[in-house]
Parts: sequence; C-alpha cells; structure tokens
Amino acid sequence: MLGKTADGLFWMFRYLERNENTARLLDAGFRIALTRAAAAENEWASVLTTVGVKQAFLEKYERMETAHVIDFLLREQANPSSVMSVIQTARGNARRLRTALTRELWSATNECWLTLRELLARPVRERELPFVLSTIQQQNALLGGTLHGTMMRNDIFNFARLGTFLERADNTARILDVKYYLLLPSVSLVGSSLDNVQWETILRSVSAQRSYHRLHKGDVRPREIANFLMLDLRMPRSLAFCYSKIVDNLTYLAKDYGLRQSSIDQAETVFARLTDRSIDEIFESGLHEFIQDYIRDNNALGRQIEKDYRFYG
Amino acid sequence: MTDFMHFDEMFGTGDTHRESYRDYHHWFESQDTAWLHRKSDEAETVFRRIGITFSVYGEEEASERLIPFDVVPRIISSREWSRLVRGIRQRVQAMNAFLYDVYHRQEIIRAGRVPVALIADNEAFLPQMIGVSPPGNVYTHIVGVDIIRTGENEFYVLEDNARTPSGVSYMLENREIMIQMFPELFARVNVQAVGNYPKNLQRSLGNCAPRSCEGTPVIAVLTPGIYNSAYFEHAFLAAQMGAELVEGHDLRVVDGRVAMRTTQGYAPIDVIYRRVDDDYLDPLNFNPQSLLGVPGMFDVYRAGGVTIANSPGTGIADDKAVYSYMPDIIQFYTGEKALLKNVPTWRCCEPDALRYVLDHLSELVVKEVHGSGGYGMLIGPTASNEERVAFRNKLEATPSKYIAQPTLSLSTTPILTKNGLDPRHVDLRVFVLVAPEEIHMTPGGLTRVALNKGSLVVNSSQGGGTKDTWVLEE
Repeated sequence: MLGKTADGLFWMFRYLERNENTARLLDAGFRIALTRAAAAENEWASVLTTVGVKQAFLEKYERMETAHVIDFLLREQANPSSVMSVIQTARGNARRLRTALTRELWSATNECWLTLRELLARPVRERELPFVLSTIQQQNALLGGTLHGTMMRNDIFNFARLGTFLERADNTARILDVKYYLLLPSVSLVGSSLDNVQWETILRSVSAQRSYHRLHKGDVRPREIANFLMLDLRMPRSLAFCYSKIVDNLTYLAKDYGLRQSSIDQAETVFARLTDRSIDEIFESGLHEFIQDYIRDNNALGRQIEKDYRFYG
Repeated sequence: MTDFMHFDEMFGTGDTHRESYRDYHHWFESQDTAWLHRKSDEAETVFRRIGITFSVYGEEEASERLIPFDVVPRIISSREWSRLVRGIRQRVQAMNAFLYDVYHRQEIIRAGRVPVALIADNEAFLPQMIGVSPPGNVYTHIVGVDIIRTGENEFYVLEDNARTPSGVSYMLENREIMIQMFPELFARVNVQAVGNYPKNLQRSLGNCAPRSCEGTPVIAVLTPGIYNSAYFEHAFLAAQMGAELVEGHDLRVVDGRVAMRTTQGYAPIDVIYRRVDDDYLDPLNFNPQSLLGVPGMFDVYRAGGVTIANSPGTGIADDKAVYSYMPDIIQFYTGEKALLKNVPTWRCCEPDALRYVLDHLSELVVKEVHGSGGYGMLIGPTASNEERVAFRNKLEATPSKYIAQPTLSLSTTPILTKNGLDPRHVDLRVFVLVAPEEIHMTPGGLTRVALNKGSLVVNSSQGGGTKDTWVLEE
C-alpha cells in the first residue's frame, strides 16, 4: 500500500479516537459543572489542559464559562481539536484514501460527518448536550463496528488500529498527567466528598466507572484507580492495554512485510515498563515522571512509525 | 405531452410511446407519482451518503455538490445501439490512425487532406511526442464520444473527448441506484448490464502494458487530488480495479521505471491511467511550474518503460478545429465514408466562414476551439444583445480560436416533475475502451439532461443532471 495511504489511515483513526475522548471529557466536566458549581471552573481548566487547548481558549474568552467551553470544544472552527474540526479532517482523510476503505466504512464516515455537521450547525444548549455527546459516541461506535465488520485484517487494518491506540494511549496519559496529584497517596484525604467526586470524574472520563466498581465492589481508592488506568490489561483504555495492542499490530505488520522495523523495539520497551513493575513501585519512583516519560515515548513511537513505513518521503 | 418542436425519445412526434419505451411506460402508468417522488428523494439521500459529489471550479472545498439525478431512464433500442457502435468504432479507429500519422510521417498533410496549419499551429500538438509509438499504437485508451439525436434516425457526434474524459462513474452509480430503487423494473425490462466497465477497463489497460512487462501489469490511477472536480470518479475507478490511486508526489523515477512510494519502499508501475492534463505530467518535459507531475516520467515513457493512458498529445485529435475535419480523417484512414454524422461546422479562421458566422450570430452556437465544459461559448438564439456584441468582438480579434455550429434541436426525454412527465433535452456520452486488438463500448453511457425547461445546456456545472441509460437486449 502507498505510504501516503498508511499516513492517512493512521491519522484518520487518531482523529476519530480524539473525538470520542473529547466527548467523554465534556461529559465528565459537565457533570461537575451541574452538581458542583464552585468546582466547575477548575474542572473546565483541567479538561482544556487535557485536550491541549487551554491557551487558545483563554485568548478568546476571559472566563471558563460552561457554555463557552462547550462551544469551544464542540464547534470552534479556530480550534483544530474541536469535534467539528476533527471530524472534518478525519472525513477529509477518508476521502483521500477512499480506495483503501470498504464502501461501508466510507459511507459510515461520511454519514458521521453529515450527522455531526447538522448537529453542530448551531450552538449546543446545555440541555441538548447529553444528546449531542451520546450521538458523537454512537457515530464513533458505528464507525468502529463497521471497521471490524467489513475490513480485511491486513496492513490497512493495522495502520488504522495503530492510530486508534496511539491516540488512546496519549488521551489516557494526558488525563492522568493533569490529575495525577489526586491519585498520590500522600496528599489524599481519603473519604472526603470532593475527592470522591474527583475520582469518579476520572473514571467517568475514560468510561470506566461501571467496570471499576464491578472489580472493587464500590471501594474507590486512588491507588486502585491508578492501577486500573495504567496497568490493568483488561481495561481497554489503560496504558498497558493500548501498548499490548500496539505491539500486536506492529508484530502483524512485521510478519506481513517480512521485515522487523525499529518501531517494534520501541513499543516493546514501553510495554515492558508497564508489565515489569507494580503500581507501588511506580508511585515510589514518581508517578508524574512516569506519566510524562510515557507521553514522550508515545510521541516518539508515532514519529518512528512514520519513518519506518514511509508516510512522507 | 409532447413538445412538437423536438423529437421526443419516449413519444416520438406523436402521443403514443415509442416501441423501446413500451414496457417502461406501461410500468410507469401504474405507479403512484407521489411514491416516485419519494423514491427520487431517497436516491438523493443515498448519493449524498455515498458521497458521489463533484466540486465546482473556482469554489471552496466545502462546495461538494451532487449532480441531480432523474429517475426516468433514457432508453435506447438494441438496433439503435448497434448502429452507434459501428459508427463510433470506425471513428475511434480513425482517430488513433490519425494520431499515429500526426506524430510520424504526417501523410494526411502530404496528401493535402488537412491544412498544415491545423497541426503546426495547434497548441494541442505536442512536439515531444514526435516519433513515439505507444504499445499497439493505441493513443486514446479511453474515449468519451458525445452523441446527440435530432430525429428518429438522426444521430450526430457533437464532440470527441480523447484526453481525460470523465463521467463513467455516474453511469455506473446511476445504474446501481436504479436497481436499488426499482428492482422490479429490471425483472420486467431486459436491460444490458454496464457493471463490467471497471473490469473491462482493467483488461484493456493491461493489454496496453509496455512490451517488457512480465506477469500481471501493475496499474495506478494518477489524480490531481481531492480538489479536482472528478476526484470521486478517480477514487471510484481505482477502487473498482483494485489499483492504487496516486498523486504526483507519490511517484518517482527509480532505476528507469516510474515507481510509487509504498510502506515497503518504491514499487514500479506498468500502466498509469492518468487523470491529469499533459501539462502537469512531468515538469522536466512539460510545464516547468507544475508541482503535480513526476520529473522524468516522460523520458521513461518514451523509452517504453511505462504506458501512459491516454498518451500525451491526444488533444490534437479532439479539438474542435480538428473535429470539423473528422469526416475527411475517417475517409483517409479507413477508406470508408463516416457512418456517424458530424455537426456542420464553420471554422472561423476561414474568412468566408467568419463572415457567415458574424452575419448569423443569433442562430448559431459559437465555441472556443480548446474550450470544454460548456464554458466560453455563445448560444446565439438565447444570448442577450450584449453577449452577442461581446462575442462579435472576440471573433473579430482572434477568429482562429472559434468555430460555430447551427443550433440543433436536441432530442428530449421526459423527466419526473411535480406535474408528472415533462420533456427535457438530453445528450449521451458513450465510453469507449481501446486496446490493440479490441475496441469495447459499454452499452449505454452517461445521459446528461438539461433540467431547466427549454435549456440546451446539459453540463453539470450549469444546471444539468443525469439519467440512467438503458440499452435493451435484442
């Protein structure tokens, strides 16, 4: 397949994953804004930081009002990470690489774009937000289902999946990066009601509330949350899960092409760091440093994949 | 029901349907018009979802438009079709013989059958092609021949498209949607299939691979990119053929071959179905400003390392000045009279013709010799006084840039309107595939219809739509 096509697929699926994440963060932030007005500004600040657009937001607005944050994250044309900008770009990529997609997957992408364009044509009022967010998630789920149900398991599929998991790894790590202090054992006032809300928010922003409670019978502890989001291989958005998938996909590619590239070594190194130590060891050597290293290595892996598979020149 | 000024393909010149429309008309009469309109809306939704769009020149990316689709098919009998096939085959053969001759000994000029200026002064003539003989001497691998009809037995060739004709994807998608919307119709009427076109295209292109090519030829479709008005079609054809869709920056000359950058390194290509103009193929050999091309690709082509379809320089066979000589060209190379008529054409470079044209501007259609897409033309009978004056000035300034033709009364075919069937003018683009031993035409083609009542302009950029085109089984 063409290097350009691999590039387009990789980014198309990074973008789609990004939108899902933005929708989730909005959902979790909105819950706080509704129930704890005093904590709202703080929560929106961390959401904007997680998405990486706080600076851009503050250039346009003075205060973090809920309505403005919603508009900036969903519709702002000048914000390249807004849901609308992102679906526009993803769909543009899909158009460029139509020949690599099944007819069903192309239609699903196009329909997702048409639906969101209509849905986000006007500012979204607060009472419409839950519906809009669930539509974004539904459209993404349709795309994911169509990918799995119709695409061949070949290099095309593997590049798409690499995009998904690199982006997801980045998203989860950014949430942890912004909220790591809430998970540190030393500063936690176990049982305070604000902490409980904050912890629930973290779980909510990675759609992990239900599964966490199932595992821990409702016992919410920062150490367990960190472990769940970072090291638990059963949790589909954990750092470890993402890397087990990345290693898998790179291994399939190596087999398919009969050539092992250096990106696979990089991915295995990151994966090993998530499997050869316990969460307590990570706490001991520094949670924040660990997460920042992870984000940096994840970015470096993206660049190496570009090089190994000739995305550009 | 019938517009008496024009020949209507469903009703002829009377009130009863013509034979080829019998089964369809019978079915139509028993349908509820509201239901047909619902189906029509449904079809539009499907087109939008699949993203069968074209971009309009000069507009922003956001302006991806749908070509309006009319659900009433245009029907051609198998007898009419075989007549067209014979005429088009003869024409396309002559066209390729002419191209070979123009770029080799130029016998037709020596014989005095066409003036030397027609070639020597023509910007479509490509000196770089002199002496180049592509595999099988096929220059125009894909041709679109535009046919108009004016009566029961009156067919004319309006235009030849020998460079990068487009529209075939609409032919295929229109049929696809008709089968989806009205499956029972296809059980009732025996319509010749069109769906094999991509397979035929692939075979035809493969048969034109370089002589040195071993094994299955590698085909790639070369597109200018997503901002091109026909991008959808480029992607569609590449996907249907299982070929890669490449842009100039994916290609490079490697070890004397044209190769594409893949995830596993550079892979050579045997046949390039290019949908970019000659000028943008190779900045070293053609337009040096072009960012779209592949430096050195033309040198590989000349050396026989790659087939470019269509060949560079085929524009000399389809410009409108050369068009006017097609009857002579056919006679010269095939020894036969042309089976399909040309529309009578005044070449404005000839003083007598120019005088006639200037005296009859209000009756004639004036076209640019190198124009296309319905741009830069004057339709005398419907033009305003100012437009006619403006054109008169242009004609007097550079007469050789123009030709003129009578305003023909194009046949009509009904479309579905709020008030039921209503006739609109149509033309037909027939798609021809040329390989060394075979000329293949897909039964039917793309019917373009002028949706505005009375209009003669069928171009999609100017209020035109399309219809499914049926050629009946014998």
